[in-house]
Amino acid sequence: MRTLALIKRIIQQLRKDKRTLALLFAAPLLVLTLMYFIFDSETSDLKLVVTGSNPLVNGVLEESDFDLTLKDKYSKEKMMEEEVDGWLHIQEGEMHLTLLNAQPQRAKAMQIMLAQSFNGNDVKQSMKADFVYGDADTNSFDVFSPMLVGFFVFFFVFLIAGIALLKERTSGTLERLLATPIKRHEIVGGYLLGYGLFALIQTVIVVLYAVKVLDIVLVGSIWLVLLTNILVAFVALSLGTLLSSFASSEFQMVQFIPLVIVPQVFFTGIFPLDGMADWLVQIGRIMPLYYASDALNGVMYKGYEINDIAMDLFVLFLFAIIFIALNIISLKKYRAF
Amino acid sequence: MQNAIHIEELSKSFKRKRVIKPLSVQIESQKIYGLLGPSGCGKTTLIKMIVGMMKPDAGGITVLGKRVPDASLLSEIGYMAQSDALYTELTGRQNLEFFAKLYGMSKSERKIRIDYAAEIVQLSNDLDVSVFAYSGGMKRRLSLAIALIQNPKILILDEPTVGIDPLLKQSIWKELERLKAEEGKTILITTHVMDEAERCDKIGMLREGEIVAIGTPMEIKAQYHAASLDEVFVKIGGGH
Repeated sequence: MRTLALIKRIIQQLRKDKRTLALLFAAPLLVLTLMYFIFDSETSDLKLVVTGSNPLVNGVLEESDFDLTLKDKYSKEKMMEEEVDGWLHIQEGEMHLTLLNAQPQRAKAMQIMLAQSFNGNDVKQSMKADFVYGDADTNSFDVFSPMLVGFFVFFFVFLIAGIALLKERTSGTLERLLATPIKRHEIVGGYLLGYGLFALIQTVIVVLYAVKVLDIVLVGSIWLVLLTNILVAFVALSLGTLLSSFASSEFQMVQFIPLVIVPQVFFTGIFPLDGMADWLVQIGRIMPLYYASDALNGVMYKGYEINDIAMDLFVLFLFAIIFIALNIISLKKYRAF
Repeated sequence: MQNAIHIEELSKSFKRKRVIKPLSVQIESQKIYGLLGPSGCGKTTLIKMIVGMMKPDAGGITVLGKRVPDASLLSEIGYMAQSDALYTELTGRQNLEFFAKLYGMSKSERKIRIDYAAEIVQLSNDLDVSVFAYSGGMKRRLSLAIALIQNPKILILDEPTVGIDPLLKQSIWKELERLKAEEGKTILITTHVMDEAERCDKIGMLREGEIVAIGTPMEIKAQYHAASLDEVFVKIGGGH
Protein backbone atom coordinates (compact mmCIF):
# COMPACT_ATOMS: atom_id res chain seq x y z
CA MET A 1 0.00 0.00 0.00
CA ARG A 2 2.67 2.51 1.02
CA THR A 3 4.95 1.16 -1.67
CA LEU A 4 2.12 1.62 -4.15
CA ALA A 5 1.69 5.22 -3.00
CA LEU A 6 5.38 5.80 -3.65
CA ILE A 7 5.20 4.18 -7.09
CA LYS A 8 2.23 6.32 -8.04
CA ARG A 9 4.03 9.45 -6.88
CA ILE A 10 7.10 8.60 -8.94
CA ILE A 11 4.94 8.09 -12.02
CA GLN A 12 3.19 11.41 -11.44
CA GLN A 13 6.52 13.18 -11.01
CA LEU A 14 8.18 11.67 -14.07
CA ARG A 15 5.17 12.29 -16.28
CA LYS A 16 5.55 15.99 -15.59
CA ASP A 17 9.29 15.89 -16.25
CA LYS A 18 9.16 15.59 -20.02
CA ARG A 19 12.85 16.22 -20.50
CA THR A 20 13.95 13.43 -18.24
CA LEU A 21 11.56 11.13 -20.04
CA ALA A 22 13.03 12.21 -23.35
CA LEU A 23 16.52 11.52 -22.04
CA LEU A 24 15.44 8.14 -20.80
CA PHE A 25 13.65 7.03 -23.93
CA ALA A 26 15.03 8.98 -26.88
CA ALA A 27 18.69 9.62 -26.03
CA PRO A 28 19.75 5.96 -26.18
CA LEU A 29 18.12 5.61 -29.60
CA LEU A 30 19.87 8.72 -30.87
CA VAL A 31 23.32 7.61 -29.74
CA LEU A 32 22.75 4.06 -30.89
CA THR A 33 21.68 5.24 -34.34
CA LEU A 34 24.69 7.50 -34.59
CA MET A 35 27.07 4.70 -33.66
CA TYR A 36 25.32 2.38 -36.05
CA PHE A 37 25.93 4.69 -38.98
CA ILE A 38 29.50 5.48 -37.96
CA PHE A 39 30.45 1.81 -37.78
CA ASP A 40 28.16 0.48 -40.43
CA SER A 41 28.53 3.08 -43.13
CA GLU A 42 30.96 0.99 -45.15
CA THR A 43 29.25 -2.33 -45.06
CA SER A 44 26.96 -1.56 -47.94
CA ASP A 45 27.33 -3.27 -51.30
CA LEU A 46 29.25 -6.28 -50.16
CA LYS A 47 30.91 -7.88 -53.15
CA LEU A 48 30.57 -11.63 -53.25
CA VAL A 49 31.96 -13.96 -55.87
CA VAL A 50 30.54 -17.48 -56.05
CA THR A 51 32.17 -20.40 -57.80
CA GLY A 52 30.87 -23.91 -58.34
CA SER A 53 27.39 -22.89 -57.39
CA ASN A 54 24.08 -24.61 -57.90
CA PRO A 55 20.66 -23.06 -58.56
CA LEU A 56 19.48 -23.61 -55.00
CA VAL A 57 22.31 -21.58 -53.49
CA ASN A 58 22.03 -18.96 -56.19
CA GLY A 59 18.36 -18.56 -55.41
CA VAL A 60 19.11 -17.96 -51.76
CA LEU A 61 21.95 -15.53 -52.45
CA GLU A 62 19.98 -13.51 -54.95
CA GLU A 63 17.40 -12.77 -52.30
CA SER A 64 20.13 -11.20 -50.11
CA ASP A 65 21.67 -7.80 -50.57
CA PHE A 66 24.99 -8.97 -52.00
CA ASP A 67 26.66 -7.50 -55.02
CA LEU A 68 26.73 -10.98 -56.51
CA THR A 69 28.96 -12.29 -59.31
CA LEU A 70 29.02 -15.91 -60.54
CA LYS A 71 32.35 -17.20 -61.86
CA ASP A 72 33.80 -20.53 -62.88
CA LYS A 73 37.21 -19.96 -61.41
CA TYR A 74 38.55 -17.51 -58.86
CA SER A 75 41.59 -16.93 -56.64
CA LYS A 76 42.79 -14.98 -53.59
CA GLU A 77 45.05 -12.90 -55.80
CA LYS A 78 42.07 -11.82 -57.85
CA MET A 79 40.19 -11.00 -54.64
CA MET A 80 42.91 -8.62 -53.56
CA GLU A 81 43.15 -7.12 -57.01
CA GLU A 82 39.45 -6.53 -57.42
CA GLU A 83 38.82 -5.83 -53.73
CA VAL A 84 36.08 -8.39 -53.53
CA ASP A 85 34.85 -8.89 -49.98
CA GLY A 86 34.11 -12.57 -50.13
CA TRP A 87 34.55 -15.61 -52.30
CA LEU A 88 32.26 -18.52 -51.78
CA HIS A 89 33.44 -21.77 -53.28
CA ILE A 90 31.07 -24.69 -53.36
CA GLN A 91 32.33 -28.19 -53.94
CA GLU A 92 30.35 -31.36 -53.40
CA GLY A 93 27.91 -29.70 -50.99
CA GLU A 94 30.73 -28.18 -48.89
CA MET A 95 30.89 -24.41 -48.79
CA HIS A 96 34.16 -22.64 -48.39
CA LEU A 97 34.20 -18.95 -47.73
CA THR A 98 37.23 -16.77 -48.20
CA LEU A 99 37.03 -13.32 -46.75
CA LEU A 100 39.16 -10.38 -47.76
CA ASN A 101 38.88 -8.89 -44.25
CA ALA A 102 40.56 -5.63 -45.20
CA GLN A 103 37.94 -4.03 -43.03
CA PRO A 104 36.87 -6.37 -40.28
CA GLN A 105 33.36 -4.99 -40.16
CA ARG A 106 32.81 -5.84 -43.83
CA ALA A 107 34.05 -9.36 -43.31
CA LYS A 108 31.81 -9.77 -40.29
CA ALA A 109 28.88 -8.33 -42.14
CA MET A 110 29.45 -10.76 -44.96
CA GLN A 111 29.55 -13.71 -42.61
CA ILE A 112 26.46 -12.60 -40.79
CA MET A 113 24.54 -11.94 -43.98
CA LEU A 114 25.53 -15.31 -45.34
CA ALA A 115 24.55 -17.01 -42.12
CA GLN A 116 21.22 -15.18 -42.14
CA SER A 117 20.62 -16.06 -45.78
CA PHE A 118 21.16 -19.75 -45.26
CA ASN A 119 19.42 -19.86 -41.92
CA GLY A 120 16.13 -21.64 -42.28
CA ASN A 121 16.89 -22.81 -45.80
CA ASP A 122 17.41 -26.30 -47.09
CA VAL A 123 21.00 -25.57 -47.94
CA LYS A 124 23.23 -27.54 -45.63
CA GLN A 125 25.16 -25.10 -43.55
CA SER A 126 28.67 -26.41 -43.30
CA MET A 127 30.68 -23.38 -44.13
CA LYS A 128 34.38 -23.05 -43.54
CA ALA A 129 35.77 -19.54 -43.44
CA ASP A 130 39.19 -18.45 -44.48
CA PHE A 131 40.62 -14.97 -44.19
CA VAL A 132 42.83 -13.12 -46.58
CA TYR A 133 43.68 -10.50 -43.96
CA GLY A 134 43.50 -10.91 -40.19
CA ASP A 135 41.41 -13.64 -38.61
CA ALA A 136 37.97 -14.37 -37.32
CA ASP A 137 38.62 -12.68 -33.97
CA THR A 138 38.73 -9.22 -35.45
CA ASN A 139 36.23 -6.94 -33.73
CA SER A 140 33.47 -4.84 -35.21
CA PHE A 141 30.24 -3.12 -34.44
CA ASP A 142 28.26 -6.29 -34.66
CA VAL A 143 30.23 -7.77 -31.81
CA PHE A 144 29.86 -4.87 -29.45
CA SER A 145 26.49 -3.54 -30.49
CA PRO A 146 24.76 -5.96 -28.09
CA MET A 147 26.87 -4.52 -25.30
CA LEU A 148 25.89 -1.00 -26.36
CA VAL A 149 22.26 -1.88 -25.80
CA GLY A 150 23.09 -3.03 -22.27
CA PHE A 151 25.31 -0.05 -21.67
CA PHE A 152 22.66 2.51 -22.53
CA VAL A 153 20.13 0.85 -20.33
CA PHE A 154 22.66 0.82 -17.49
CA PHE A 155 23.89 4.36 -17.98
CA PHE A 156 20.58 6.19 -18.23
CA VAL A 157 18.82 4.26 -15.53
CA PHE A 158 21.79 4.71 -13.19
CA LEU A 159 21.86 8.44 -13.72
CA ILE A 160 18.15 9.15 -13.53
CA ALA A 161 17.37 6.95 -10.53
CA GLY A 162 20.46 8.18 -8.69
CA ILE A 163 19.62 11.82 -9.21
CA ALA A 164 15.96 11.27 -8.33
CA LEU A 165 16.81 9.84 -4.92
CA LEU A 166 19.50 12.46 -4.44
CA LYS A 167 16.93 15.17 -5.04
CA GLU A 168 14.74 13.54 -2.47
CA ARG A 169 17.62 13.70 0.01
CA THR A 170 18.66 17.28 -0.69
CA SER A 171 15.12 18.69 -0.77
CA GLY A 172 14.40 17.18 2.64
CA THR A 173 11.51 15.08 1.37
CA LEU A 174 13.34 11.86 2.21
CA GLU A 175 13.65 13.02 5.78
CA ARG A 176 10.00 14.01 5.78
CA LEU A 177 9.15 10.62 4.35
CA LEU A 178 10.99 8.97 7.20
CA ALA A 179 8.86 10.89 9.68
CA THR A 180 5.89 8.85 8.39
CA PRO A 181 5.31 5.19 9.20
CA ILE A 182 6.82 4.05 5.88
CA LYS A 183 9.48 1.40 6.35
CA ARG A 184 12.92 1.60 4.83
CA HIS A 185 12.39 -1.42 2.62
CA GLU A 186 9.11 0.08 1.40
CA ILE A 187 10.98 3.17 0.22
CA VAL A 188 13.60 1.11 -1.58
CA GLY A 189 10.91 -1.16 -3.01
CA GLY A 190 8.86 1.81 -4.19
CA TYR A 191 11.85 3.31 -5.91
CA LEU A 192 12.83 0.05 -7.53
CA LEU A 193 9.37 -0.64 -8.87
CA GLY A 194 8.50 2.97 -9.73
CA TYR A 195 11.65 3.66 -11.67
CA GLY A 196 11.85 0.02 -12.68
CA LEU A 197 8.66 0.56 -14.64
CA PHE A 198 10.25 3.34 -16.65
CA ALA A 199 13.46 1.34 -17.00
CA LEU A 200 11.37 -1.50 -18.38
CA ILE A 201 9.74 0.75 -20.97
CA GLN A 202 13.15 2.12 -21.89
CA THR A 203 14.60 -1.36 -22.22
CA VAL A 204 11.81 -2.50 -24.51
CA ILE A 205 12.13 0.60 -26.68
CA VAL A 206 15.93 0.35 -26.94
CA VAL A 207 15.94 -3.37 -27.69
CA LEU A 208 13.14 -3.19 -30.25
CA TYR A 209 14.74 -0.21 -31.93
CA ALA A 210 18.15 -1.86 -32.06
CA VAL A 211 16.79 -5.09 -33.46
CA LYS A 212 13.90 -3.98 -35.67
CA VAL A 213 15.02 -0.57 -36.90
CA LEU A 214 18.81 -0.66 -36.83
CA ASP A 215 18.78 -4.35 -37.69
CA ILE A 216 21.48 -5.14 -35.18
CA VAL A 217 22.22 -8.81 -35.47
CA LEU A 218 20.04 -10.95 -33.22
CA VAL A 219 20.63 -14.66 -33.53
CA GLY A 220 19.16 -15.68 -30.17
CA SER A 221 15.82 -14.94 -28.54
CA ILE A 222 14.63 -11.36 -28.09
CA TRP A 223 13.02 -12.41 -24.79
CA LEU A 224 16.42 -13.35 -23.42
CA VAL A 225 17.75 -9.97 -24.49
CA LEU A 226 14.87 -8.27 -22.69
CA LEU A 227 15.34 -10.41 -19.58
CA THR A 228 19.04 -9.61 -19.45
CA ASN A 229 18.41 -5.91 -19.91
CA ILE A 230 15.75 -5.85 -17.24
CA LEU A 231 18.27 -7.32 -14.81
CA VAL A 232 20.79 -4.74 -15.99
CA ALA A 233 18.24 -2.00 -15.32
CA PHE A 234 17.66 -3.24 -11.78
CA VAL A 235 21.39 -3.38 -11.07
CA ALA A 236 21.80 0.15 -12.43
CA LEU A 237 18.78 1.37 -10.49
CA SER A 238 19.93 -0.03 -7.17
CA LEU A 239 23.55 1.03 -7.71
CA GLY A 240 22.47 4.53 -8.71
CA THR A 241 20.28 5.05 -5.67
CA LEU A 242 22.99 3.56 -3.44
CA LEU A 243 25.74 5.83 -4.75
CA SER A 244 23.46 8.85 -4.52
CA SER A 245 23.82 8.60 -0.75
CA PHE A 246 27.50 9.39 -1.20
CA ALA A 247 26.79 12.47 -3.28
CA SER A 248 25.58 15.77 -1.92
CA SER A 249 24.64 17.40 -5.20
CA GLU A 250 23.67 16.53 -8.76
CA PHE A 251 27.15 17.58 -9.81
CA GLN A 252 28.72 15.06 -7.46
CA MET A 253 26.41 12.40 -8.86
CA VAL A 254 27.68 13.15 -12.35
CA GLN A 255 31.22 12.74 -11.01
CA PHE A 256 30.47 9.07 -10.52
CA ILE A 257 30.28 8.58 -14.28
CA PRO A 258 34.06 8.49 -14.89
CA LEU A 259 34.47 6.44 -11.73
CA VAL A 260 31.72 3.91 -12.07
CA ILE A 261 30.50 3.89 -15.66
CA VAL A 262 33.55 4.49 -17.85
CA PRO A 263 35.80 1.75 -16.38
CA GLN A 264 33.02 -0.76 -16.91
CA VAL A 265 32.99 0.01 -20.62
CA PHE A 266 36.57 -1.29 -20.88
CA PHE A 267 35.46 -4.70 -19.78
CA THR A 268 32.47 -5.07 -22.03
CA GLY A 269 34.23 -6.52 -25.03
CA ILE A 270 35.03 -3.39 -27.04
CA PHE A 271 38.59 -4.15 -26.14
CA PRO A 272 39.44 -7.83 -26.35
CA LEU A 273 39.72 -9.39 -22.91
CA ASP A 274 42.03 -12.17 -24.11
CA GLY A 275 45.06 -9.94 -24.29
CA MET A 276 44.54 -8.42 -20.85
CA ALA A 277 46.68 -9.19 -17.83
CA ASP A 278 45.06 -11.62 -15.42
CA TRP A 279 44.68 -9.11 -12.62
CA LEU A 280 42.95 -6.78 -15.05
CA VAL A 281 40.48 -9.45 -16.06
CA GLN A 282 39.81 -10.11 -12.38
CA ILE A 283 38.89 -6.44 -11.96
CA GLY A 284 36.44 -6.84 -14.80
CA ARG A 285 34.74 -9.61 -12.89
CA ILE A 286 33.51 -7.24 -10.21
CA MET A 287 31.73 -5.10 -12.79
CA PRO A 288 28.08 -5.73 -13.61
CA LEU A 289 28.46 -4.66 -17.23
CA TYR A 290 31.04 -7.39 -17.79
CA TYR A 291 28.37 -10.01 -17.16
CA ALA A 292 25.70 -8.04 -18.98
CA SER A 293 27.84 -7.78 -22.11
CA ASP A 294 28.81 -11.40 -21.93
CA ALA A 295 25.18 -12.43 -21.80
CA LEU A 296 23.96 -9.96 -24.43
CA ASN A 297 26.79 -10.75 -26.79
CA GLY A 298 26.14 -14.43 -26.31
CA VAL A 299 22.45 -14.16 -27.10
CA MET A 300 22.50 -11.56 -29.84
CA TYR A 301 25.68 -12.51 -31.66
CA LYS A 302 26.32 -16.13 -30.87
CA GLY A 303 22.76 -17.31 -30.44
CA TYR A 304 23.19 -18.60 -26.89
CA GLU A 305 20.28 -20.19 -25.08
CA ILE A 306 19.25 -19.42 -21.52
CA ASN A 307 21.41 -22.24 -20.17
CA ASP A 308 24.50 -20.69 -21.71
CA ILE A 309 23.96 -17.34 -20.00
CA ALA A 310 22.41 -18.58 -16.76
CA MET A 311 25.59 -17.84 -14.83
CA ASP A 312 25.73 -14.25 -16.12
CA LEU A 313 22.08 -13.70 -15.25
CA PHE A 314 22.62 -15.15 -11.80
CA VAL A 315 25.56 -12.84 -11.10
CA LEU A 316 23.53 -9.83 -12.28
CA PHE A 317 20.68 -10.90 -10.03
CA LEU A 318 23.13 -11.20 -7.13
CA PHE A 319 24.48 -7.70 -7.82
CA ALA A 320 20.93 -6.31 -7.71
CA ILE A 321 20.13 -8.12 -4.44
CA ILE A 322 23.33 -6.88 -2.79
CA PHE A 323 22.80 -3.30 -3.91
CA ILE A 324 19.17 -3.36 -2.79
CA ALA A 325 20.19 -4.65 0.64
CA LEU A 326 22.86 -1.95 0.91
CA ASN A 327 20.24 0.64 -0.06
CA ILE A 328 18.03 -0.43 2.81
CA ILE A 329 20.99 -0.37 5.20
CA SER A 330 22.17 3.03 4.02
CA LEU A 331 18.80 4.57 4.94
CA LYS A 332 19.56 3.54 8.49
CA LYS A 333 21.52 6.69 9.06
CA TYR A 334 18.20 8.50 8.99
CA ARG A 335 16.14 6.09 10.97
CA ALA A 336 16.52 2.84 12.81
CA PHE A 337 13.50 1.01 11.35
CA MET B 1 -1.52 16.33 34.05
CA GLN B 2 0.25 13.61 32.09
CA ASN B 3 3.30 14.51 30.07
CA ALA B 4 3.06 13.97 26.34
CA ILE B 5 6.79 14.19 25.81
CA HIS B 6 9.31 13.31 28.42
CA ILE B 7 12.98 14.01 27.71
CA GLU B 8 15.66 12.87 30.07
CA GLU B 9 19.37 13.63 30.10
CA LEU B 10 19.43 13.83 26.33
CA SER B 11 22.69 14.69 24.58
CA LYS B 12 23.95 14.77 21.02
CA SER B 13 27.24 15.69 19.38
CA PHE B 14 28.22 16.18 15.77
CA LYS B 15 31.87 15.50 15.12
CA ARG B 16 33.39 17.27 18.11
CA LYS B 17 30.71 19.87 18.61
CA ARG B 18 28.22 19.26 21.40
CA VAL B 19 24.88 20.34 19.97
CA ILE B 20 22.67 19.18 22.81
CA LYS B 21 24.12 19.18 26.31
CA PRO B 22 22.47 16.77 28.71
CA LEU B 23 18.97 18.18 28.75
CA SER B 24 15.71 17.24 30.44
CA VAL B 25 12.30 18.65 29.54
CA GLN B 26 8.71 17.63 30.22
CA ILE B 27 6.08 18.69 27.75
CA GLU B 28 2.55 18.52 29.14
CA SER B 29 -0.37 17.14 27.18
CA GLN B 30 -2.79 19.55 25.58
CA LYS B 31 -0.51 22.53 25.83
CA ILE B 32 1.32 24.66 23.32
CA TYR B 33 4.97 24.45 24.17
CA GLY B 34 7.34 26.94 22.55
CA LEU B 35 10.98 26.21 22.04
CA LEU B 36 12.83 29.50 21.74
CA GLY B 37 16.37 30.28 20.93
CA PRO B 38 18.74 31.82 18.43
CA SER B 39 19.66 30.02 15.20
CA GLY B 40 22.04 27.16 15.80
CA CYS B 41 21.04 26.62 19.43
CA GLY B 42 19.97 23.03 18.75
CA LYS B 43 16.20 23.42 18.32
CA THR B 44 15.98 21.46 15.11
CA THR B 45 18.34 18.75 16.39
CA LEU B 46 16.20 18.33 19.49
CA ILE B 47 13.04 18.10 17.40
CA LYS B 48 14.51 15.54 15.03
CA MET B 49 15.42 13.36 17.98
CA ILE B 50 11.89 13.62 19.35
CA VAL B 51 10.39 12.62 16.01
CA GLY B 52 12.83 9.71 15.91
CA MET B 53 14.76 10.69 12.81
CA MET B 54 17.99 11.17 14.68
CA LYS B 55 19.56 8.99 17.32
CA PRO B 56 20.68 10.66 20.55
CA ASP B 57 24.15 9.88 21.92
CA ALA B 58 22.81 9.40 25.42
CA GLY B 59 19.59 9.81 27.36
CA GLY B 60 16.08 8.94 26.38
CA ILE B 61 12.84 10.33 25.02
CA THR B 62 9.40 9.00 25.84
CA VAL B 63 6.44 10.13 23.74
CA LEU B 64 2.90 9.19 24.84
CA GLY B 65 4.39 6.59 27.14
CA LYS B 66 6.42 4.91 24.41
CA ARG B 67 10.14 5.09 24.13
CA VAL B 68 11.50 6.69 20.93
CA PRO B 69 12.16 5.26 18.40
CA ASP B 70 8.90 3.42 17.97
CA ALA B 71 7.26 2.88 14.60
CA SER B 72 3.75 3.26 16.01
CA LEU B 73 4.58 6.75 17.27
CA LEU B 74 5.09 8.10 13.77
CA SER B 75 1.35 8.13 13.17
CA GLU B 76 0.83 10.09 16.38
CA ILE B 77 3.27 12.86 15.50
CA GLY B 78 2.54 15.43 12.84
CA TYR B 79 5.86 16.88 11.82
CA MET B 80 6.57 20.00 9.87
CA ALA B 81 10.20 20.46 8.96
CA GLN B 82 11.98 23.76 8.80
CA SER B 83 12.58 23.45 5.07
CA ASP B 84 9.59 22.75 2.88
CA ALA B 85 9.87 19.10 2.04
CA LEU B 86 7.46 19.05 -0.88
CA TYR B 87 7.36 17.42 -4.29
CA THR B 88 7.31 20.48 -6.49
CA GLU B 89 6.35 18.60 -9.66
CA LEU B 90 3.14 17.48 -8.02
CA THR B 91 0.07 19.53 -7.18
CA GLY B 92 -0.82 20.37 -3.61
CA ARG B 93 -3.52 17.71 -3.66
CA GLN B 94 -1.14 15.06 -4.98
CA ASN B 95 1.30 15.89 -2.20
CA LEU B 96 -1.42 15.56 0.42
CA GLU B 97 -2.73 12.36 -1.20
CA PHE B 98 0.73 10.84 -1.14
CA PHE B 99 1.34 11.50 2.53
CA ALA B 100 -2.20 10.48 3.45
CA LYS B 101 -1.61 7.13 1.78
CA LEU B 102 1.62 6.67 3.72
CA TYR B 103 -0.46 6.90 6.87
CA GLY B 104 -2.66 4.15 5.52
CA MET B 105 -5.86 6.16 5.19
CA SER B 106 -8.79 4.87 3.18
CA LYS B 107 -10.02 6.77 0.16
CA SER B 108 -12.98 8.38 1.93
CA GLU B 109 -10.84 9.24 4.95
CA ARG B 110 -8.28 10.84 2.69
CA LYS B 111 -10.88 13.05 1.04
CA ILE B 112 -12.18 14.31 4.36
CA ARG B 113 -8.73 14.94 5.84
CA ILE B 114 -7.38 16.62 2.70
CA ASP B 115 -10.37 18.97 2.54
CA TYR B 116 -10.02 19.70 6.25
CA ALA B 117 -6.26 20.33 6.20
CA ALA B 118 -6.45 22.47 3.08
CA GLU B 119 -9.27 24.49 4.61
CA ILE B 120 -7.23 25.27 7.72
CA VAL B 121 -4.27 26.60 5.78
CA GLN B 122 -6.57 28.28 3.23
CA LEU B 123 -5.23 26.40 0.26
CA SER B 124 -8.50 24.84 -0.89
CA ASN B 125 -8.59 26.88 -4.08
CA ASP B 126 -4.98 26.20 -5.01
CA LEU B 127 -4.88 22.47 -4.42
CA ASP B 128 -4.78 21.53 -8.08
CA VAL B 129 -1.91 23.82 -8.96
CA SER B 130 1.64 22.47 -9.14
CA VAL B 131 3.63 23.27 -6.01
CA PHE B 132 6.26 24.60 -8.40
CA ALA B 133 4.03 27.65 -8.88
CA TYR B 134 3.39 28.19 -5.15
CA SER B 135 4.75 31.18 -3.26
CA GLY B 136 6.99 30.67 -0.24
CA GLY B 137 4.07 31.20 2.13
CA MET B 138 1.87 28.76 0.25
CA LYS B 139 4.55 26.09 0.48
CA ARG B 140 4.79 26.69 4.21
CA ARG B 141 1.03 26.31 4.50
CA LEU B 142 1.04 23.11 2.49
CA SER B 143 3.77 21.72 4.77
CA LEU B 144 1.56 22.52 7.74
CA ALA B 145 -1.41 20.85 6.07
CA ILE B 146 0.72 17.71 5.57
CA ALA B 147 1.60 17.76 9.28
CA LEU B 148 -2.12 17.79 10.09
CA ILE B 149 -3.17 15.20 7.53
CA GLN B 150 -3.22 12.09 9.73
CA ASN B 151 -4.93 13.83 12.66
CA PRO B 152 -2.00 13.26 15.04
CA LYS B 153 -2.16 13.67 18.80
CA ILE B 154 1.06 15.66 18.81
CA LEU B 155 2.09 18.39 16.41
CA ILE B 156 5.77 19.23 16.14
CA LEU B 157 6.27 22.32 14.05
CA ASP B 158 9.69 23.67 13.23
CA GLU B 159 9.30 27.41 12.61
CA PRO B 160 5.90 27.03 10.98
CA THR B 161 5.08 30.66 10.33
CA VAL B 162 8.24 31.82 8.56
CA GLY B 163 7.25 33.60 5.38
CA ILE B 164 3.55 33.67 6.18
CA ASP B 165 1.80 37.03 6.21
CA PRO B 166 0.50 38.42 9.54
CA LEU B 167 -3.15 37.87 8.68
CA LEU B 168 -2.70 34.19 7.90
CA LYS B 169 -0.39 33.83 10.87
CA GLN B 170 -3.22 35.01 13.09
CA SER B 171 -5.61 32.49 11.62
CA ILE B 172 -3.09 29.66 11.93
CA TRP B 173 -2.50 30.49 15.59
CA LYS B 174 -6.22 30.59 16.20
CA GLU B 175 -6.47 27.17 14.65
CA LEU B 176 -3.57 25.84 16.74
CA GLU B 177 -5.30 27.12 19.86
CA ARG B 178 -8.55 25.54 18.77
CA LEU B 179 -6.79 22.21 18.07
CA LYS B 180 -5.39 22.34 21.57
CA ALA B 181 -8.62 23.31 23.27
CA GLU B 182 -11.18 21.31 21.31
CA GLU B 183 -9.22 18.34 20.04
CA GLY B 184 -6.80 18.03 22.93
CA LYS B 185 -3.67 18.18 20.83
CA THR B 186 -0.21 18.78 22.20
CA ILE B 187 1.76 21.22 20.14
CA LEU B 188 5.51 21.72 20.21
CA ILE B 189 6.62 24.69 18.20
CA THR B 190 9.98 26.32 17.59
CA THR B 191 10.20 29.98 16.86
CA HIS B 192 12.29 33.05 17.29
CA VAL B 193 9.40 35.40 16.84
CA MET B 194 8.53 36.78 20.26
CA ASP B 195 4.88 37.64 19.66
CA GLU B 196 4.35 33.96 18.89
CA ALA B 197 6.22 32.92 21.99
CA GLU B 198 3.83 35.07 24.03
CA ARG B 199 0.95 32.88 22.87
CA CYS B 200 2.54 29.64 24.08
CA ASP B 201 1.37 28.11 27.35
CA LYS B 202 4.89 27.36 28.28
CA ILE B 203 8.24 28.15 26.78
CA GLY B 204 11.70 26.70 27.04
CA MET B 205 14.60 28.92 26.14
CA LEU B 206 17.38 27.07 24.48
CA ARG B 207 20.92 28.36 24.17
CA GLU B 208 23.90 26.36 22.95
CA GLY B 209 22.14 23.09 23.56
CA GLU B 210 20.98 23.91 27.07
CA ILE B 211 17.63 24.93 28.47
CA VAL B 212 18.41 28.18 30.23
CA ALA B 213 14.91 29.17 31.23
CA ILE B 214 11.61 27.39 31.46
CA GLY B 215 8.10 28.52 32.41
CA THR B 216 5.11 30.49 31.21
CA PRO B 217 5.92 33.67 29.31
CA MET B 218 4.90 35.65 32.44
CA GLU B 219 7.16 33.66 34.72
CA ILE B 220 10.16 34.01 32.45
CA LYS B 221 9.70 37.75 32.08
CA ALA B 222 9.48 38.07 35.83
CA GLN B 223 12.53 35.88 36.33
CA TYR B 224 14.62 38.11 34.07
CA HIS B 225 13.02 41.37 35.21
CA ALA B 226 12.15 42.11 31.63
CA ALA B 227 9.17 43.89 30.12
CA SER B 228 9.06 41.66 27.07
CA LEU B 229 10.36 38.34 25.83
CA ASP B 230 12.52 40.22 23.38
CA GLU B 231 14.39 41.66 26.30
CA VAL B 232 14.77 38.21 27.85
CA PHE B 233 16.06 36.94 24.55
CA VAL B 234 18.69 39.67 24.38
CA LYS B 235 19.69 39.13 28.00
CA ILE B 236 20.11 35.42 27.50
CA GLY B 237 21.79 35.85 24.16
CA GLY B 238 24.27 38.28 25.68
CA GLY B 239 25.17 35.68 28.20
CA HIS B 240 24.27 38.00 31.12
